[in-house]
Amino acid sequence: MNRRAFIARGGALIVSFSLFARLAGAQAGKLPGSLNNEPMLDAWIRVGADSRITVFTGKAELGQGIKTALIQVAAEELVVEPGAIELVTADTARTPDEQYTAGSQSMQESGTAILHAAAQVRAVLADLAAKRLGIPAERLTIRDGAINGIRYGELVAGQALHVRAQPKSPLSDPTARRVMGKPLPRVDIPAKVFGQAIYVQDLRLPGMVHARVLRPPSYGARLRALDAGALAKMPGLLKVVRDGSFVALVAEREFQAVAAVRAAAKAAQWDERATLPDPQQLYETIRRLPSQDTVIHEAGKAGAGAGMIEAEYRRPYQMHASIGPSCAVGLYRDDALTVWTHSQGVYPLRGAIAEMLAMPKERVRCIHMEGSGCYGHNAADDAAADAALVARALPGRPVRVQWMREEEHAWEPYGPAMLSKARARVDASGKVEDFQYEVWSNTHSTRPGPAGYLAPAWHLEKPFAPPPPRPIPQPTGGGDRNAIPLYRFANSRVVHHFVTEMPLRVSALRALGAYMNIFSIESFMDELASAARADPVEFRLRHLEDARAQAVVRAAAERFGWAAYRKQPGRGRGFGFARYKNLAAYTAVACEVEVDRDSGRVRVTRAVAANDSGDIVNPDGIANQIEGGIVQSISWTLHEAVSFDRARITSVDWSGYPILRFPDLPDSVEVQLINRPGQPFLGTGEAAQGPTAAALANAFADASGVRIRELPLNPARVRQALGF
Amino acid sequence: MINLNVNGKTQQIDADPATPLLYVLRDHLQLDGAKFGCGLGQCGACTVLVEGRAVLSCVTPISTLGERRVTTLEGLGTPDKPGRMQRAFIAEQAAQCGYCIPGMIMQAQALLEANPRPSPAEIRKHMSPNLCRCGTHMRILRAVERAAREP
Repeated sequence: MNRRAFIARGGALIVSFSLFARLAGAQAGKLPGSLNNEPMLDAWIRVGADSRITVFTGKAELGQGIKTALIQVAAEELVVEPGAIELVTADTARTPDEQYTAGSQSMQESGTAILHAAAQVRAVLADLAAKRLGIPAERLTIRDGAINGIRYGELVAGQALHVRAQPKSPLSDPTARRVMGKPLPRVDIPAKVFGQAIYVQDLRLPGMVHARVLRPPSYGARLRALDAGALAKMPGLLKVVRDGSFVALVAEREFQAVAAVRAAAKAAQWDERATLPDPQQLYETIRRLPSQDTVIHEAGKAGAGAGMIEAEYRRPYQMHASIGPSCAVGLYRDDALTVWTHSQGVYPLRGAIAEMLAMPKERVRCIHMEGSGCYGHNAADDAAADAALVARALPGRPVRVQWMREEEHAWEPYGPAMLSKARARVDASGKVEDFQYEVWSNTHSTRPGPAGYLAPAWHLEKPFAPPPPRPIPQPTGGGDRNAIPLYRFANSRVVHHFVTEMPLRVSALRALGAYMNIFSIESFMDELASAARADPVEFRLRHLEDARAQAVVRAAAERFGWAAYRKQPGRGRGFGFARYKNLAAYTAVACEVEVDRDSGRVRVTRAVAANDSGDIVNPDGIANQIEGGIVQSISWTLHEAVSFDRARITSVDWSGYPILRFPDLPDSVEVQLINRPGQPFLGTGEAAQGPTAAALANAFADASGVRIRELPLNPARVRQALGF
Repeated sequence: MINLNVNGKTQQIDADPATPLLYVLRDHLQLDGAKFGCGLGQCGACTVLVEGRAVLSCVTPISTLGERRVTTLEGLGTPDKPGRMQRAFIAEQAAQCGYCIPGMIMQAQALLEANPRPSPAEIRKHMSPNLCRCGTHMRILRAVERAAREP
């Protein structure tokens, strides 16, 4: 083992380094995290002659706090204060290509890469110092950006860091950390509370003009006629950009563009088609549509027999519903295009825009700026495509395209409606056998990449069609994410029905299919526990072999006070657990609900989560994500469903798509974290969605004696279920 | 030309009198605190104070304001001299994406100006018009409670 120890003398900070093999780097020949795709150290970390440290990530700040966590990782291994590091995020001209900021993978991919790159950079610097001073590297003292008093910037020269990363790194001792594992205030929050111009919505370039797009009224609509005369007198209107059914209005002032698009909407005539399914027959339609069927799990021979319990669960289309509609700024100049965007994937977006505009991708640059939180693939990329199309029509002028609320609600790609069926029975010893689960779902990713996944490209004179969808394979899965229970059952079989036809536009919404599959399986676990006359928590533990899974289940139950719970009238408790993707963070949620039988209103009074995200970098960052995930999942589970008629989306604002408001909040949300220093990062962002939904549905069943298997548990459905 | 009193300064605005205040703040005055969320008065992201009361700037035409005093997030404080609500939101780390936060801060500011010691239930009721999608609500409530405690 390449073990190093740096031992300080004379009261200096003692920093000892040893090697901790992480799973990510442990495979032969494979570099840790995203280093595997971008192996040069100076693609990740640069040290200026002035000792300033710049760290580069291909991931983007989405409000999840990734910037702060990545700075902590780099500061730890570089032995500097977090404030000494400047972090550059996703930009096709400057940062590594790390594809999408998605899937709770930023810590595994970028965090792991930066952890190892920083440790290796520190080793390079130590070797340089050792040579210069004639002291063995083991006897050097490293503190606060200097080695034996020599600043890093004085050590690096030329191409010193332009070297390939090694598979193993001299990582610092996880039991002696200064920065990682401790709460650090988020670096992005101050600018947000002072109203500084940090969102792409705030970007204001010299000479910038404002555009709005005349969005078609429905998916199948084509522009028949647009009475240009009606627009001639609109004040400030600079240009009407038209390409097929794509129409954009460009004005000097922002509200002039709004007024122009309103006038254009009145002056436009569309041919519409009824392309949407009957909303009353949604789940029958999903079951009937053509599907590719795959047995994704089979253990033993799951059979039928006496005592089989069966249940069917349903989840409607649900929205990302970002508070700020999507926005982008484009500038086309000298045959090159720059787009400022809140896309989750600047590199794939660059390829899509280049394809749409028939430009070489080297002439397109996409720069991430923060937008409103996205929670997956919302309309960010579409707005970027709009900005690209309009900017090309106005060379030399920066163009800002801001979507209106109705566009975002009607055109963003939704989390797919899903259907699941579970069957199993409980044997004489109270254990589950013959577990069978089937899930029907569209794809959960239609991200660009291909130009055909950009909605504006559908409306061009020469349109781009969406390519045929493909399932995301196991072990992570898409619609079948978490469809295979982590529980050990005798004889089990899981089938994924990948529904290929997409009547509504769908893509990745936080947790993908895991939200629905965990809701289904964890609801069903309570139904089985009831058949076994077992306590739901004990019943889960009985079927869990993974010690970390057991630990979060026990921690959540204990913190909630599960064993001592006293049920009051109209109230009940519920539990939900999953290991996200069966390979990432462990999360258990216990909650209590109160049910108002007259109004049908359900409120979570208290929620408690236990989470194991592996090696914790910023505990408050993880707590914030879990708290937020719980509250958002409560909103999805109690309130949210996209509505539509046979042609149009009808939930086009907050009155048509209500979400949780302050009076609906729990009295308290508590998060208990289990830290695993030195273990791989597991990510957190999507971990709470499924367990929360299940805990809530189980608590409702406990409170009311009635189980609801169709989301959301809104007042109308609750009243119906309770017989009103 | 329309005169507006924004953050203690009189501003001459060359815009259609029907223009909502939000667009004038952002596009004419480069004040980015108030955010466009819905343009329909449904989400609270654009909340500002008019004479100390919370107003949805996306549905308030500038012609209706007269000489009444408009206060935006920028009027509450700066990084060098943060307002108490801004200090409280930082202390509680009460943001994720942060897009709704300016509206939350202004809505909460209006509450404390009218009722310096609100109860938790009063805070929840008062904050009801404002939507947050990241689920930062519990921290927002803690921040408002902290601001009420620490004048």
